Amino acid sequence: MSEDCYKSDGRKAIVEIKNVNKIYDENHVVHDLNLVVYEGEFLTMLGPSGCGKTTILRMIGGFEESTNGQILVEGERVEEKEPFKRNVNTVFQSYALFPHMNIFNNVAYGLKMKKVPKAEIKERVDEMLLLVQLKGFDKRFPSQLSGGQKQRVAIARALINRPKVLLLDEPLGALDLKLRKEMQLELKNLQKKLGITFIYVTHDQEEALTMSDRIAIMNQGYLDQLDTPENVYEKPATKFVADFIGESNIFESVITNITGNIANIGLEVGNALGLIKEDTLLKQFEMVYVCVRPEKVLFSKEEVNGFTIKGIVKEQIYVGNVIKSHVLIANGQIVKISRMDIDDVPKEGEMVYLYWSLEDVVIIKSRAYQIHSLIENANLGGD
Amino acid sequence: MRKSYKIRNKTIPLLATVSPVVIWLTLLVAAPLIYVFFLSFLSTDGYNVVFRFSFDNYINLLNPTYLEIYTNSFIIAFFTTVICIVLGYPFAYIMAKANKKNKAVMLIMLMVPFWTNSLIRLNGWKTILGKTGVLNSILIDSGIINQPLEILYTRGAVLLGMVYTLIPYMILPLFASIDKLDDGLLEASNDLGANKTKTFLHVTLPLTFSGVFSGSIMIFIPSLGFFFVSDIMGGGKSQLIGNLIETQFKAANNWPLGASLSMLLILLILILVTIYKKSGGDMKDLGVM
Amino acid sequence: MRKRKAKLGGTLSKIYTAFMYVFLYLPIAVIVVYSFNTSKMNISFEGFTFDWYAKLFHNQPLLESYGNTLLVGAASTIIATIVGTLASYGMSKYKFKGKGIIDALLYVPVVIPEIVLGIALLAIFNLSNIPMGLLSLIIAHATFSIPFVVFTVNARLAGFDRSVEEASMDLGASRSKTFFTVTLPIIMPGVISGAFLAFTLSVDDIIISFFTTGPGSNTFPLKVMELIKTGVTPDVYALTTIVFIITIAIVIVTQHDKKKIA
Repeated sequence: MSEDCYKSDGRKAIVEIKNVNKIYDENHVVHDLNLVVYEGEFLTMLGPSGCGKTTILRMIGGFEESTNGQILVEGERVEEKEPFKRNVNTVFQSYALFPHMNIFNNVAYGLKMKKVPKAEIKERVDEMLLLVQLKGFDKRFPSQLSGGQKQRVAIARALINRPKVLLLDEPLGALDLKLRKEMQLELKNLQKKLGITFIYVTHDQEEALTMSDRIAIMNQGYLDQLDTPENVYEKPATKFVADFIGESNIFESVITNITGNIANIGLEVGNALGLIKEDTLLKQFEMVYVCVRPEKVLFSKEEVNGFTIKGIVKEQIYVGNVIKSHVLIANGQIVKISRMDIDDVPKEGEMVYLYWSLEDVVIIKSRAYQIHSLIENANLGGD
Repeated sequence: MRKSYKIRNKTIPLLATVSPVVIWLTLLVAAPLIYVFFLSFLSTDGYNVVFRFSFDNYINLLNPTYLEIYTNSFIIAFFTTVICIVLGYPFAYIMAKANKKNKAVMLIMLMVPFWTNSLIRLNGWKTILGKTGVLNSILIDSGIINQPLEILYTRGAVLLGMVYTLIPYMILPLFASIDKLDDGLLEASNDLGANKTKTFLHVTLPLTFSGVFSGSIMIFIPSLGFFFVSDIMGGGKSQLIGNLIETQFKAANNWPLGASLSMLLILLILILVTIYKKSGGDMKDLGVM
Repeated sequence: MRKRKAKLGGTLSKIYTAFMYVFLYLPIAVIVVYSFNTSKMNISFEGFTFDWYAKLFHNQPLLESYGNTLLVGAASTIIATIVGTLASYGMSKYKFKGKGIIDALLYVPVVIPEIVLGIALLAIFNLSNIPMGLLSLIIAHATFSIPFVVFTVNARLAGFDRSVEEASMDLGASRSKTFFTVTLPIIMPGVISGAFLAFTLSVDDIIISFFTTGPGSNTFPLKVMELIKTGVTPDVYALTTIVFIITIAIVIVTQHDKKKIA
């Protein structure tokens, strides 16, 4: 929804997606996408399955055709270009290593296609294998490698061509947790070291938060937010983002009153207070979503000034490093409280009053209200 | 602009790969069969095909001699199929349950004879079963019988020849079907209290039924047309539909009649395949070889 | 008790299997033995000789017919393999209308009795100006082989990971380069199986060859059919024995190779 300008702040736009739509038969998979990727950055497209992120990646790579719109790589339009004519390379989710070629020939493939001389190929392949810590593996075949090793071959095979942009389609999905965490760091370091632009696709929000310079959050084909990991976590732009990134308690509310920069919030079950951040404009009686992270929810035996939310602890859940209490409030919603220590959470069956620090609240405008105001403004214009 | 991209990258490769087979199938499968269909409505003057439209050929199909031949053909085809099932199923089962090494060996040993010419092997049977053949020589020499058995040139001999030639077409689909059976199902059946026989009756047999069905089709239909088996083993005494058709296209020179007989066979197959498909059969299983 | 039952079952199985193999190989055994028969009529075994193996190489018509069989086999296999592989690849990769009809047409040569296909081809050759002889044989053999190649390659393509083709294009190879460098090598086992199947079907074909052959282009099965009427001499058996031994040799060698690779 926000569009960064090309070269406006001195940064070079390496990939530009302008008003791109993708429609499969009846399915509108990507809606009017505008997105700029800057040179040297690690940009992640994040979202649940079916949100369109892989489709977008494949359109950049040339494996899908956009229904309309423009895709530019280094300023050149590429929608008509075949994958073998684009200066981008892809790391596929299934690695897609050539089973009938050994590792050396797999990695060398791109260079062979460019007719690079044999001596240079040998040099560069050796260099690349060393870089991904697979020295000595050149004679082996993909079937003899583990998942993590195949992964690194796929990366080496793509990077050896010195592409301007590397596209990675959920490359770590098939690896176990420990290996995945290791590879995340390795990939991030590799990217920093080489300075190549990485466009990364994943559904794992933790992965996105760890590795990215910026995250593009896709929601059913729409780009909900494009921002740094901190901003996406602390200042989610939509309810979807707030819900998808980390865990959040989301309350459908109305702004009953505004006093200075403090909002009086009317929840279905009671009242609460929240701090309005500087760049947010709110009106009285506006419908909003109020989001509070479980680790920020506070509780007490007595009512707290300005807050009238109370509930009963339904259950406690132990997740290893964190304990959660699920508090059932009057309208049936479960409010989650999480702490590191079991003594810090309310016990099952306890009745508690809920509150929070005013600055720990994120207030998100509801889409319904936005549409409503759009209609209102339209009317004014007509007169 | 976009359209030319599509043509370059989808239409041309598609045409390049698929058009040879389309042209081939049209000219050499569809066209010939359509021609046979039309041929069946034409007539002959004894030497050539005459373009006079008539239903005569189809009426002639009801000729009593022919009806006898149809009956004979069906009986032989039916019993061939049954014998192949009875002999073939246990063999396929044993093969499917064998360990990996034995399985491969058994399969190859099964196929090797069939890489040798069928006619010669049938002739081998003639040598064995003839009046002065191996079997009779042994039986007479050892005093078991006095007169040589007349096995050749009987319906039984034709049956033997048919079964011998066609049995791999039953064993292979059955083998594939039994092999595909998830061992877990058999274990589950045992776990739930069924012994080996019950498991076989209630689990294995129903699930491999499709293999039996597809094998049967692959045996029944060809055996109606295998005129060389009835010629060699039956000495021409046992006439099949296949012999009838062969005669029309060679000696009798009545192509239109031959065409109508062929249409009869085609109709029969259409019916069988439709039943097969309706009862859940997979066409892919019919191509097993 | 369970062990005894199992043992009994095991013994029965062994006996049954042996019986079946005896049934299958009996005629072949007779053929091999009778190839050494001194009697020309070859109805009963009279004496032992190697003569027929030598006489075989002077039997021009017989050798010629076998040569024709190999030639027609090779030619029709090459055609069927190329047409069939391309077809299978194209149909698995691209979506288009009419795939169902092509699929159905492919089943026709497989399911209809050979005699119907044989006479149909004869009829259409008669209409056109194709000379009846080796050419018509090759065309006819390719016709019934193509579907088998298509099905065999289809099976191989079913498990094929398309993303290796995308990876190849991603790395700079054009579509045709990708096909020859990446796709074909990977599906090659299926292509070879299909070719082998086509060759086998062609070499033993009787009925379709019967209707689509021409003067002077006998194939081995047709020659044998002729000879059966007049009496099959031991040299034919000798040829069969030689082919049989070569077949077994090839099998042993390929199986041994397989074990080596494994």
